[in-house]
Formats: sequence, C-alpha cells, structure tokens
Amino acid sequence: MLITIGLVLILFIAYELWGTGEYTRNAQRDLDRDLKHAWSAPADHIKLADGKGFAVLRIPRFGAKYRFVILQGTSEPILRRGPGHYKGTALPGRRGNFVVSGHRTTYEAPFNKAGELRAGDDIIVDTRYREYVYKVTEKRVVAPTDIAVTYPVPFHRTARPKHALITLTTCHPMYSASHRLIIFGRLAERRVRPGSVGKG
Amino acid sequence: MYGFIWRILPGGRVAKTVQALILIAAVVALLWYVVFPWLEPRLPFNDVTVG
Repeated sequence: MLITIGLVLILFIAYELWGTGEYTRNAQRDLDRDLKHAWSAPADHIKLADGKGFAVLRIPRFGAKYRFVILQGTSEPILRRGPGHYKGTALPGRRGNFVVSGHRTTYEAPFNKAGELRAGDDIIVDTRYREYVYKVTEKRVVAPTDIAVTYPVPFHRTARPKHALITLTTCHPMYSASHRLIIFGRLAERRVRPGSVGKG
Repeated sequence: MYGFIWRILPGGRVAKTVQALILIAAVVALLWYVVFPWLEPRLPFNDVTVG
C-alpha cells in the first residue's frame, strides 16, 4: 500500500511538471484560434473581457516558436491558460506600465526562462493592428507584496508616466513563490502588424 | 493487494501479465486525465499571488 501511495505521488509530480503543460497548450491553441478569428475583421476598439485573449507575446531570445496569447486578468484559472494582463495597468503600446504575469514552472511555464533575459532583448507584443517592440531595461527580485512594480512609473506611486513600459512578473526562485522575478522593458518601436486587417 | 489481483486474473502467466499491464495503464490514465486535473487546482503548490 505504501509503495502504491509512493508511485501515485511520483506520478502526480510528473503530472505537475508535464501534464499541466498539456492543459495550457490546449487552452492556448483555442485562444489563438479565437484571436485570429477576431482579428480577421476590422474593429474600432480593443475589447477586454476577463479570461479572453487580446494580444500575443513573443520573445525572440526564447526562440522563433515562442508565442503566447495574453489573457485579460491574473486569477489562478486565467494564469493556468497563459500569461495574464494585470487589470488596471496600461494597454500594450500605451503610455504607462503594461504588466503581464505568468507561471515560471508548470502550466507550460511561459516565463520559465525569464531569468535569462538580458538588457536590450526584445519583448514583442502583437495587437490587432500594431506590433510593439519593447527592450528589456532591468531585472529585479522583489517580495510578492511589492506592488510598486506595477505602478505606471514603477516605484513612484503618484508620478505621471512619460513612457510606455512593460513589466513581466513571475515566481522566483523556480518552484517557489517566496519572491517575484520582475523584468522591466521600455517601448522602442511600434510597427503595423503584418497581416492586420483594417485601418488601425 | 497485488497478490490478490494476480490470483484472480484468469489464464496463464502471459495472460495475467498482459491483463495486469492493461489494469496499470487504466489506473494511470484515470489519474492523469481525470483525478490530477481535478485535484491540481485545489492544492496549494501553484498559488500565485500577484501584487
């Protein structure tokens, strides 16, 4: 009986590490299909709904295939399906701070390699009409309670933003939630998204 | 437990082995595709607190 319990526990750990990724891959496939469908026709404004995809994240350092649909919201069920936009923070490309959270391990771990990012690396966010290229500026490790990283001007509660920033937040160290790894970036370029339909 | 299962499986050693493997696969599949996906969100290993 003890051996059985041990084997089931080992299997569960294997599930945590690899099985949860399958859940996220399936969710991302559906989100990607929905987003492509939504983007195939012009629209006047970005529609944000909790748990719905509205942008695509690409980070060339993680490979040409690295691509995650960003969902609106950061609840646990949402983060199981992909990186989430911290509600109330800026939209992609806009002045202020576009804050995105994601798993460092398990559930396809979109930010698994976030620690390998270097200053100057591209973080690309695709929206319906635009492609926003952010450059990594800084990496920090903070306490999970440190919400100052999400301010429009990080660490300056009341400052008015002059720049469009991106902030990626994820667990640190890996397999732990004791700290947060924070990647800051700044908008460097905005381009028309190839293949976008409509005026933009 | 395993001895009991082994004894009630019909057939010779080969037949018993095949059936045992099928049983193991069935249990693993049940855990992997039904039990674990249900259980995982209820466990505290992946608690994410943002902000």
